[in-house]
Amino acid sequence: MLFLPILIPFAAGILGIFFWYKPNLQRWTTLIGMVALLIVSVMIFNTVWADGIQVAQGGSWVAPIGISLVIDLLSAILLLTAAILGTAVAVYSFGAIGDQRAAYGYFPLLCFLLMGICGAFITGDMFNLYVWFEVMLISSFVLLALGGERNQLEGALKYMTINLIASMIFLIGLGILYSVVGTLNMADIAKSLPDVQNQGMVLPMAMLFMTAFGIKAAMFPLYFWLPASYHTPPPVISAIFAGLLTKVGIYTLTRAFTLMFILHVEFTHTLLLVMSGFTMFFGVLGAVAQNEIRRILSFHSISQIGYMMMGLGLYSVMGLAGAIIYMVHHSLVKANLFLISGVIEHMTGTDSLKKIGGYYKNYPFLAILFALSAFALAGIPPLSGFWAKFAVVRAGLELESLWIVGVALVVGLLTTFSMTKIWAKGFWKPTPEKYAHLVDASARGPVSMIAPIIGLVVITLAMGIFFEPIYTVAEVAAEQLLDPSAYISAVNPQDFTALGGHE
Amino acid sequence: MDIVLAITIGVLVAAGIYMIQRRSFVKLILGIAMLGHAVNLMIFTLGRVTRGVPPIIHGEHGLDVGAADPLPQALILTAIVIGFGVQAFAIILIKRVYSVFQTDNIDTLVNTDFE
Repeated sequence: MLFLPILIPFAAGILGIFFWYKPNLQRWTTLIGMVALLIVSVMIFNTVWADGIQVAQGGSWVAPIGISLVIDLLSAILLLTAAILGTAVAVYSFGAIGDQRAAYGYFPLLCFLLMGICGAFITGDMFNLYVWFEVMLISSFVLLALGGERNQLEGALKYMTINLIASMIFLIGLGILYSVVGTLNMADIAKSLPDVQNQGMVLPMAMLFMTAFGIKAAMFPLYFWLPASYHTPPPVISAIFAGLLTKVGIYTLTRAFTLMFILHVEFTHTLLLVMSGFTMFFGVLGAVAQNEIRRILSFHSISQIGYMMMGLGLYSVMGLAGAIIYMVHHSLVKANLFLISGVIEHMTGTDSLKKIGGYYKNYPFLAILFALSAFALAGIPPLSGFWAKFAVVRAGLELESLWIVGVALVVGLLTTFSMTKIWAKGFWKPTPEKYAHLVDASARGPVSMIAPIIGLVVITLAMGIFFEPIYTVAEVAAEQLLDPSAYISAVNPQDFTALGGHE
Repeated sequence: MDIVLAITIGVLVAAGIYMIQRRSFVKLILGIAMLGHAVNLMIFTLGRVTRGVPPIIHGEHGLDVGAADPLPQALILTAIVIGFGVQAFAIILIKRVYSVFQTDNIDTLVNTDFE
């Protein structure tokens, strides 16, 4: 059962490759795969919620010999988020991805991307994490370059280079980790790290991992690749990237700095907190300066990553619970905003705020969907973003880190400002006469594109209105994170020498 | 042996980073490849370069005394294969970039996407 989140997207992708010349069949296999993934994720979430951390040992080898798959509540929550987004994107792609892009293998790649993401969420082994990272990266490289437009190629080149460098830093960290601790199983690392002889290497190692994961998560000062690449592919691809890829970075940061590298909390988590402040601030400043919807949204992703890191840096139950809610909320809302910008682009052929306008008059329904998502992102009560921000800020107040709370609140204001910018220029102002020919008031987005947007908006609303149970879940997940002993005893890594090892 | 490997790794990293910072796409790929080799060698060295006996488990006895640790090699093998695939993709990508932009200078790619 625990292998299914990896196997289902894999099977769907392979089937897609078999139907290479039949894009319609690929669409259906992808959709069926994603729905199956969603069902399995819900089942896994229920099991984890009821019975605690679930562990599967690859090939029935005892940990740390084999590769463990571990699903704690955080993994289960993120798995569910990934499956929801995957389903939404699969539906959206019916209308948004034409046969031409499908001919280059869009649908199988989408499945493989999901496989990499799910694998990264559930693995309990550091080297296996590297492998899932690469699965995810290779799919994302191709998705980013697919279609081969000029700006896509430029974005893909930058994205590829920086990610390869991040992978190498990750590998160096892995090599040092193995030589110091002698194991790659996360639970085993967490267990033996306090006792290793060479304590001087622990902090440099932690910093290598922080750099590698920080690049993937787009944390300050390593975020410059994100605004250079995320706006270039078709909006549906931007949506899945912004919704999930940076979350994998944040997830691995969370995992590494709540399970393994907790020996130097004073230093590492303060560093994370300071970086989160910068990430938020510079991200939102970038967004304020931009004029295209998708560029604004890309910069926003950076600033929102800052809030999640802030929750992690505060390192308290409420902070982590806030960060977890933030991850889910941001995945859904940000992806949804990208999907809406896709509908806008589908109807007018551009998303530059200088050229469009009058959407509120012409397409009131789309405008309402946008407004709800944008308000959720900006954190207007009672939508999901408000609660997520509230939890993180409250945690900051409780720990009396007043400066970071101040930064978070100012950034919140600026977020609202840049969202109203899209609203005022894209939806309220009349269409510029020069570009009036672009607007066709009778044009409607295909149902397949609108339906997933409605679905995601409903989930956002529900998250906001029924916040109580969601916070309870997040709080339990945060408590699990802060107490690694449960994770370690669930995996139960054996003493290697007892199995007949050397040295 | 460790010293020789350490110096080799250092030279490879230095050369790789230098190449990545050049303007040419081809050198970018070469730099990435060199860095990849440096990292693989590093894992190899960190796995302790010693003469050991083959790590084969004999029934109940477990491993022989002084058995080598096979895991670093397994890790490197995986990393090499992944690196190979990624580099193949990177080469195709720069070929495409070259045919579209007709240039080998990375500086000309700055802000082509701004209208």
